[in-house]
Amino acid sequence: MKAQQEVEQFLYRQAELLDTKQWQKWIDLFAADGIYWMPPDASYKTWDGQPAIFAEDKNLMTVRMLRVLHPDAWSQRPLWGTNHVVSNVVIRKIAGNGDVEVGSRFHMMELRRDDVRHFAGSYFHVLKKSKSGYRIKLQRVDMTNAQAAYDYVLQVWV
Amino acid sequence: MKQADYASFVEPDRVRKEVYTDAQIFEREMERIHETVWIYCGHESQIPKAGDYYAVQIGRQPMILVRGKDKKVHVLYNRCPHRGNMIVGDRKGNTGEQFRCSYHAWTFHHDGKLKNIPMMESGYAGTRLNKDSPELCLKRAARVESYRGFVFASLAEKGPSLKEYLGKAIVAFDDMCDRAPEGEVEVVPNCFRVIQHSNWKLFMENQIDALHPSVTHQSTGRAAHEVEKILARKAKAGEALSYHMLSAFATVTIDKWDNFQTINYPHGHCILTGYMGLRPQDPDTLAYDKVMIKAYGKKRFEEIVGVNIHHVLVYPGLSVQSPLQQLRAVRPLGVDRTLTEIWHFRLKGAPEPIYRRSLAYYNLVNSPATLINADDLENFWKCHQGLSSEGGDWVSFARHHGHDIEKDGTVESAPNMGTSEAPMRNQMKAWAEFMR
Repeated sequence: MKAQQEVEQFLYRQAELLDTKQWQKWIDLFAADGIYWMPPDASYKTWDGQPAIFAEDKNLMTVRMLRVLHPDAWSQRPLWGTNHVVSNVVIRKIAGNGDVEVGSRFHMMELRRDDVRHFAGSYFHVLKKSKSGYRIKLQRVDMTNAQAAYDYVLQVWV
Repeated sequence: MKQADYASFVEPDRVRKEVYTDAQIFEREMERIHETVWIYCGHESQIPKAGDYYAVQIGRQPMILVRGKDKKVHVLYNRCPHRGNMIVGDRKGNTGEQFRCSYHAWTFHHDGKLKNIPMMESGYAGTRLNKDSPELCLKRAARVESYRGFVFASLAEKGPSLKEYLGKAIVAFDDMCDRAPEGEVEVVPNCFRVIQHSNWKLFMENQIDALHPSVTHQSTGRAAHEVEKILARKAKAGEALSYHMLSAFATVTIDKWDNFQTINYPHGHCILTGYMGLRPQDPDTLAYDKVMIKAYGKKRFEEIVGVNIHHVLVYPGLSVQSPLQQLRAVRPLGVDRTLTEIWHFRLKGAPEPIYRRSLAYYNLVNSPATLINADDLENFWKCHQGLSSEGGDWVSFARHHGHDIEKDGTVESAPNMGTSEAPMRNQMKAWAEFMR
């Protein structure tokens, strides 16, 4: 049960860093070769060489972060914020060295200007155990509304 | 407003703001433009097997693009002739041997012809309807034509042929397909769909507005350039990753965009010349060049890759980036809401890295998490809000007006005046002709 609690705390922290817009700290949760991936459809098996809503390594994450922090990122000017709730955390696999594969569900409410949007779906995390805690090797985000038309777009990671 | 003379809303270098915001004008646009001219429905490779279909919107009309058993492509109104039920409710799928209405089980062949009505004999004896009544078929688009796999439909019986309508803008499809060693492209399944909160024309104008990138997209350009510099410091010479397709928005300054050129054609079509990556010399490109030379011979190969196109706009609702195999179809949903469907294609016979170049652009620029269009969409919304106000009556397209070079029916922006608003003037000129 110790691993379960550690994993849950890690996933909550991941969501909290997004909701509080601590982008660099969020990127630091990823391993050096970590990938953030949001496929356009649940049937996709790999991010590599296929269409993806997001398929970002740490370099691209940094581009996205620097972009949203730039004073002339016009789409950042309206007030916006998010609220994630993460739940249904189930460890699927634990390796001898402590690495885990874990599934969970999330719901994100987003306010942008006066408009509220809801995104929901499942996370799949591959977490590497290190001395300083878990690092994300893969964060797969399958949105239930992945195939729906996007009313406006996604600015940052979900 | 009674049936106004909408053509008078357009002057050579400016247009009335109502053109973007008036709901009555929107209805008339749908009737006179989108539901009259050739509209892009989809690519033949989307529907390879008999019964494969896609729902597609033409103006205000829900339509079905479907492959028949005879391999022919049909475009039908998505409406049962019985009580008006839509025949398919999904965006795509395979309808099997027939279309079957979910309300009363009327069935239809893929070409729209009536197949069967339950209890036809007992239920309709002595009525105005019998099996051969034409009004018992799914109505077909008046005209359907395909060019190099790209399917268009027109809901008007009369008008120019597809080729006549496209005119020189047909280069969009030739340039894309010719770049394939096998001379064909294939669609990659699952398009991205993004809604903008503005009139559809703002999208068409922005696509070919060579002045906006360095202003609208500077945050992404600078961010990508910063990361490139960090990577260059870490990498061995020549091995640094490049985000050229993003950083160009910052490194190509406003004055440089004037080096681009626009060529404007009848019906509102337009080409923006100047392709960012023109002729790269990396190993992937050189390997591709070899395959192409083998397929076409040296002379034809040089002609193909020498085509200097950044974007082609096919009025009223198609934006094609042929060198990167991207296609955006604009579907107006209302006067202030517009859907774009964004597709990309594989060059048949080209090595995998060439596809990956197209894919990288598709994901970074065109996905619903786009690093580029987010700021365009923000501008579109702001434009539409501002235009809806009483703060002014006109939209200005005066940049470099009076310098355009007109010959043989085409209008070119003058040398070093690539940021000319000639494409907007040309689109509005076509608009006024359609709306007359």
